[in-house]
Amino acid sequence: MKEILKMQNITKVYPNGIVANKRVNFSVNEGEIHALVGENGAGKTTLMKILFGLEQPEEGAIYLNGKKVSINSPFIAIKNGIGMVHQHFMLVPSLTVAENIVLGIEPRKRGFIDFKKAVEITEELAQKYNLKVDAKAVVRDLPVGMKQKVEILKALLRGAKILILDEPTAVLTPQETEELFEELLRLKEKGHTIIFISHKLREVKQISDRVTIMRHGKNVGVFKTSEVTEQDISKLMVGRDVVLKIEKTQHKPGEVVLEVKNLTWINEWGKPTLKNVSFSVRSGEILGVAGVEGNGQRELVEIITGLRKFDKGDLLLDGKIINNLSIKERRELGISYIPEDRMVYGVAAEASIAENLIADRFEKREFNHGILTNIRKIASFSKYLIEEFKIQCSSFNQKVKMLSGGNIQKVVVAREFSSGPKLLIADQPTRGIDVGATELIHKKIIELRDRGTAVLLISADLNEIMELSDTLIVMFGGEIVAYFDDLSKVTEEELGTYMLGLKKQSYEEIRRVLYA
Amino acid sequence: MHREVLFEIVRTAVAILISLFVVFLIVFLVSSQPTEALSKFLIGPLSKVRYFSNVLELSIPLIFNGLAISIMFQAKQFNIGAEGAFFMGAVAATVVGITMNLPRIIHLPFAIIAGSFIGGILLFIPAILKSKWNASELVSSLMLNYILYYFGIFIINYYLRDVNAGYMVSYPLNSSVLLPKLMVGTRLHYGIFIAIAMIIIMYYFLYRTKWGYAIRMTGLNEKFAEYVGINVKKVILYAQIIGGIIAGMGGAVELLGMYTRFEWQKLPGYGWDGIIVAILARNNPLLVPVAAFFLSYIRIGADLMARMTDVPSEVVSVIQALVIMLIAAESFMAKWRHTMVVKRAKEEFYVNNGGSLQ
Repeated sequence: MKEILKMQNITKVYPNGIVANKRVNFSVNEGEIHALVGENGAGKTTLMKILFGLEQPEEGAIYLNGKKVSINSPFIAIKNGIGMVHQHFMLVPSLTVAENIVLGIEPRKRGFIDFKKAVEITEELAQKYNLKVDAKAVVRDLPVGMKQKVEILKALLRGAKILILDEPTAVLTPQETEELFEELLRLKEKGHTIIFISHKLREVKQISDRVTIMRHGKNVGVFKTSEVTEQDISKLMVGRDVVLKIEKTQHKPGEVVLEVKNLTWINEWGKPTLKNVSFSVRSGEILGVAGVEGNGQRELVEIITGLRKFDKGDLLLDGKIINNLSIKERRELGISYIPEDRMVYGVAAEASIAENLIADRFEKREFNHGILTNIRKIASFSKYLIEEFKIQCSSFNQKVKMLSGGNIQKVVVAREFSSGPKLLIADQPTRGIDVGATELIHKKIIELRDRGTAVLLISADLNEIMELSDTLIVMFGGEIVAYFDDLSKVTEEELGTYMLGLKKQSYEEIRRVLYA
Repeated sequence: MHREVLFEIVRTAVAILISLFVVFLIVFLVSSQPTEALSKFLIGPLSKVRYFSNVLELSIPLIFNGLAISIMFQAKQFNIGAEGAFFMGAVAATVVGITMNLPRIIHLPFAIIAGSFIGGILLFIPAILKSKWNASELVSSLMLNYILYYFGIFIINYYLRDVNAGYMVSYPLNSSVLLPKLMVGTRLHYGIFIAIAMIIIMYYFLYRTKWGYAIRMTGLNEKFAEYVGINVKKVILYAQIIGGIIAGMGGAVELLGMYTRFEWQKLPGYGWDGIIVAILARNNPLLVPVAAFFLSYIRIGADLMARMTDVPSEVVSVIQALVIMLIAAESFMAKWRHTMVVKRAKEEFYVNNGGSLQ
C-alpha cells in the first residue's frame, strides 16, 4: 500500500508552555481507515490540528504523496485535499443544509447566490456518497447524526481525499454510529483515506485497518488493528496493565442531603432537556450519574449549582428549599462544585495559584486584616493546600496558566474540597488529566465521602463511574432511566443499554433513589 | 512570571523606540533644522526648571485619568467616560468655588469632594445600564461624554459666566478654594500630592483588598468570578463608580490647581489621554505615574520644538499612535515570546526526562 501522508518529527509547544506533541511521527496509507487513539490530552487533536493548518508546529515536516508541503492555514489544507470534521460542528445553525455545504464556494447566477443550484449540488453529492440528507432542512432542526453528515459532505465537496474525524462517535447513538461506520466504509471503497480519532477501543477494533497510539504527546506504537487486542491498545494508551481499580470501603449512607424534585427544563428552542427529574443524594454516599453527554447532565448540574435559573421543580438542601438562592448563598450552605470545563469556570488562568485558591472565601474574616487582605494567612493557606494536594509549581505566586492540565485541576479540587462541603458536585473531575492527578483526585473524593459529604459524580468515563460510585443513576433524553443501588451486580454492557435508551427501568425501580 | 514582566517591558521599550525612530525620520524629512528640533524635543523639557515643572503639571491630570481608566479596565469594563466625568468634576468644583464662602480648610476639600462625588454619580449611569440591561458601557459612556460636555458648558455659560471678563469664562473662584502652588515661578501645585496619594490608595485597593480582588477576578474571567460566588453585577457597578470618582476628583484638582476661573470651552481631552496612560501602564496603578510622565514629557518636548523650530507639535500624535498600535497589537513580538516559551519548555523537559526530546 502506498503511503499518502507522513508527518515527521512534529513538536508543538502551546503558548502556556505545555508540550502537546513531542517529535511525533505519523503515517497513513492511501485508502485505509487509520485510527488515532490515546487518552484525553495525549495530543491527538493537536496533531490533527497541525495537519489541518489550525496550529503551527515548532519542528517537523509534513509530506503528502512523498512531497513536502507547508500547511499554514486550513485553506491550504483543503487545497491539498485534506478535510476535517471537528468534534464541535462548524455549521451555521440558521442556514439550510445546502447553504451550509456550499458556504464560501456558492454557485452564482448573475451575481446572486443560486440557491436552486446549491440544492442540486448537495443532492447530487449526497447521492454519490449515499449520505442521505435533506438539502432544504434548516441545520438547527437536525439531529446530531445528521449534522455530522452535513459536515462530511462539506469536506467532500471541497475535494477532501483525506478525511479527519475528531471523535465522531462521542455524540452519536449506537444506531447512528453503525450508520456512520457503513458510510465510512463506503468512502473507503471510493478511495478516500480516513483518520479516525477516538478513545473508544471497541469502535477502533471494529472500523480501522491500522491504529496509532499516543500517550503524553508521543507516538507509542503503530499496529495493524487485526493484530492487537483491545487490552494491548489500552495498556499502551494508559501505560500500565490494570485500567483502574480504586480502593474504597463500603459506604455508610446517612441522611438525605440534596433532594431534587420534579425538575423540568425547557431549552431555548422549546425542547425539554430535563423531564421531571427526581433523586436524592445522601451523606456519605457517592451517587454517580452515567449517560452519553448531552442527555441533560449539564443542565442538571448548572441548576443545582445556581449557574442556571429554572422555574419548574424544587431543590432541597437538608430539607430546605434553595431554588432561588444565589451561587454565593449556596456555597455558604456547603455546596462545592468541580466544573466540567476548568479553564472557563474553574480558574482565572491569568491569576496566581494563591488567588485561585482563595476565590470562594476571600471575603471571610480569616483572610482579611481590617480592610486589607491578610497576605500572611493567604500564603500559609496556599502553601498548605499546595502540599496537601501535591500541586507541582514553583511558588504560590505562579500564574495558573503556566501549570499543566492535571495541576490546574488540582488547584480547582484543592479549593473546592478544602471548604468542608456538605455536598460536592464533581462534573468530569478527571477529564483530560494524567494518571497521577486522577488517582489523587479519586482518593480525595473518597476521603470526603468517608467524612460524610454527599457526592454527586457526573462522568462520561464509564470506568470512573463504575469504580467510584456507591449508587448510580443513568440519564437518557433528559430523564432518569435507571437506578442501581448495588454496582457489583451491573455490567458495563447492561449500563450501556440504558445509556443508549434501549432499556428503561420501571417507575417504581427508579423512584427508589428518593429514599422516601 | 518574571519572564512575562521582562517581555512586557522589552515590548513597550521597543514600541517606543520604533515610534521615536519614525519621528526622527519625519523630522529629518520636513525640517531645515533637524538636529535643533530633535534636541528641543528630547532634552528641551530638562533645560529649564519651568519646562520641567510643565511636565509635572501636565502629568497630574494624566495620572488621575490613567488611574480612573485603569480601575475600570481591570474589571474589563471599557468605560471611557472619564473625559466627561473629569470635565464635570471641574464644573462642580467651580460651582462650589464661586457660590460658597467658607474657610479654606473646609472649602478646598469640599470642592474636591464635590467633584469626586459628581464624577462617581455620572459614571454610575453607564454602569447601571450595563449591569441591568447589558448595554455596552463603551457606547453609552462615549455618548455620555458629549451630553456632559454640553451640560457643563450650559451651567457655566448661563449661571456662572462673568460678562465683564471679555471672553467666555466663569466668575473668578474664591481664593479660599484654590490649591496653593508648590514653587514660586511655576504652576506646579499641591495637587501632585493628592495624585501620589491616589496612586498608592488605588494600588492597595486593587491588590490588597477584597473589593480589588473581586474586580480583578471579574476582569480576568467573569464566568469564573460568577461561579465562585462573586457578585459580578455589583463589581461591574462599583468599579465604574470608583473610576468616575477618581476622574471627577482629577477634574476638580486640575481646575483648583491650574486656574482661577473655569476657562474650558471644549473638552480638555485628558480623559482620552487616560486611556493611553492606562494601556501603557498595563492598568497597574504603580505604573500609571511612569506612563503619565512619559506622555507628558513628549507632549511638552513637542511643544518646545514647535515653538522654537519649524516642526509642528503634531508629531507627538505620531508617537502616540504608533506606541499604542504596537502595544495593542498582540502579535507584535509574539514570535519572540513564543520562542522563549518553547526554549523553556524544552529545558524543563530535558531536566525532567534527563535526556533529549525523544
